[in-house]
Amino acid sequence: MQTSIDARQLRKIYGDLVAVDDVSFTVLPGECFGILGPNGAGKTSIIKMIYGLSPPTGGILTVFGLDIRDNLRAIKARLGVCQQENSLDPDLTVRQNLEVFARYFNIPRRVARERAQRLLRFMALDYRQEARAVDLSGGMMRRLIIARALINEPDLLILDEPTTGLDPQSRHQVWERLEELRASGLAILLTTHYMDEAARLCDRVVIMDHGCILVEGEPAELIKRQIGHDIIEVAEPSGELRDYIRAHNWRHEDLGHRVLVYVEEKADHMFQEITPFCGKAGCQMRMATLEDVFLKLTGRDLRE
Amino acid sequence: MRTPFDLSWLFWRVWQRNLTVYRENWHVSFVPPLLEPFFYLLAFGFGLSALVGVIRYEGNAVPYLQFIAPAIIAINIMNNAFFENTYASFVRMYYQKTFAAMMATPLSMEEIITGEIIWGATKSVIATTIMLTVISLFGLISYPSGLLLIPLAFFCGLAFGSIGMFFTGIVKNIELFNLPVFLFITPMFLFSGTFFPMDTLPRWAQLLALALPLTHLVRLCRSLAWGSYDLSLLGECLYFLILLMIFFSLAMARMRRRLLK
Repeated sequence: MQTSIDARQLRKIYGDLVAVDDVSFTVLPGECFGILGPNGAGKTSIIKMIYGLSPPTGGILTVFGLDIRDNLRAIKARLGVCQQENSLDPDLTVRQNLEVFARYFNIPRRVARERAQRLLRFMALDYRQEARAVDLSGGMMRRLIIARALINEPDLLILDEPTTGLDPQSRHQVWERLEELRASGLAILLTTHYMDEAARLCDRVVIMDHGCILVEGEPAELIKRQIGHDIIEVAEPSGELRDYIRAHNWRHEDLGHRVLVYVEEKADHMFQEITPFCGKAGCQMRMATLEDVFLKLTGRDLRE
Repeated sequence: MRTPFDLSWLFWRVWQRNLTVYRENWHVSFVPPLLEPFFYLLAFGFGLSALVGVIRYEGNAVPYLQFIAPAIIAINIMNNAFFENTYASFVRMYYQKTFAAMMATPLSMEEIITGEIIWGATKSVIATTIMLTVISLFGLISYPSGLLLIPLAFFCGLAFGSIGMFFTGIVKNIELFNLPVFLFITPMFLFSGTFFPMDTLPRWAQLLALALPLTHLVRLCRSLAWGSYDLSLLGECLYFLILLMIFFSLAMARMRRRLLK
């Protein structure tokens, strides 16, 4: 089967900074692939290389089986790209934003008009189609950018942090639309630092840091492999508790004021054993999430 | 990485985008070229004309209004293309992220910049056409040669737009455009034989002025507006062709470095 994206030893260097360090991954047709990582991990650099804004320093990058060095224009005709920053034309109306963009793909005016109407309905923007883009709310702007990325009926949709800065209602609306697109068979590549977003939308993810891929896999399988099934969080842990955990050789993470104990499936007895050691602040058991995997792998230091 | 010069007819789509936006705001954009000649002709024409009367220019006595009318058109050809491809292009590139959005479509960097420069020249043509109409009402333009001012506006607009785009490729922020405006545009506006003949300047200043593009554009505009052309105009056109080729290449090289990182 032909891959949507095939990156091999992909490398990007800006001056002294190695932004992407020999990264290899593939995206298959019809799958939603997520690139996760803290700020500065190299996510956006990878995206920019795919649509030609940033020529790779090294490695091989093929999209739809075509090398980006020789076929960029043909590749870009089949991509839909939603950049992180708002790049709508503020002086134009919602409808004009789509129709002007369609011209860049040489889409005939009549076809563009029909598609614009269909996409505006799909994104629940048709009732604002004569409004200027600058007057839209943040959520509407983001939906319009996604609609615009679909105007050429792409074979691969690339989303760079599609819901950053949106309120919960807008995020859920965007997710529902993306799920519909995924169900229709569109391949999606998305970057995010929201783990709930990745867990909900992605078939497969990679977690990156400092330009390298740390792990790759399906979200649920990654959680199982890296953490287990549940997590017991103990606030203000006592010395006795720490000794007990160490004595039993349980996998855990000590954060000072908090201890996280990783619990395998069908190991609920651990919670009962620990409870007596918990102080007033108490302890609780919850399901392990992709966020736990992310923090375990990329550390808890601030990225600024 | 190979960097072939990648230019197709798609650059018209960039031009078309700017036209669409212009048509949304045309009632605002239309006013300056309509009113500006009135202001100039009033201030310099009626104000200064009474003091100056007739000017000696290349051996002929020319009424002062007749002398400055083509220069006003020349200044506007320069300003419209230069300011469009500096401030306006910079806003599209830096603040509106228009170029970044275009780069994710089949458009190439070369097409975006070419479309922008041709749009800058188009702004010169629009302004020239409006001003030409207004100035003709004062009986200051000789026809049919005056009509050639319109294609001239496009051709020289390309050169001034390329110079503007070169600066857009190098400035860090929008305030820095003050430098080329203050050191390049303003001196040309004043000393290129626009409001007084150059032979009143000291010799060194004349030589300096001869190197400046507006000096040559003012000459071209006077010839066409007065219907007094000769073969030396071809030399002036050649000057602009070379200027255009140099700054178009420089603009392209700087924008490549700026956009493709």
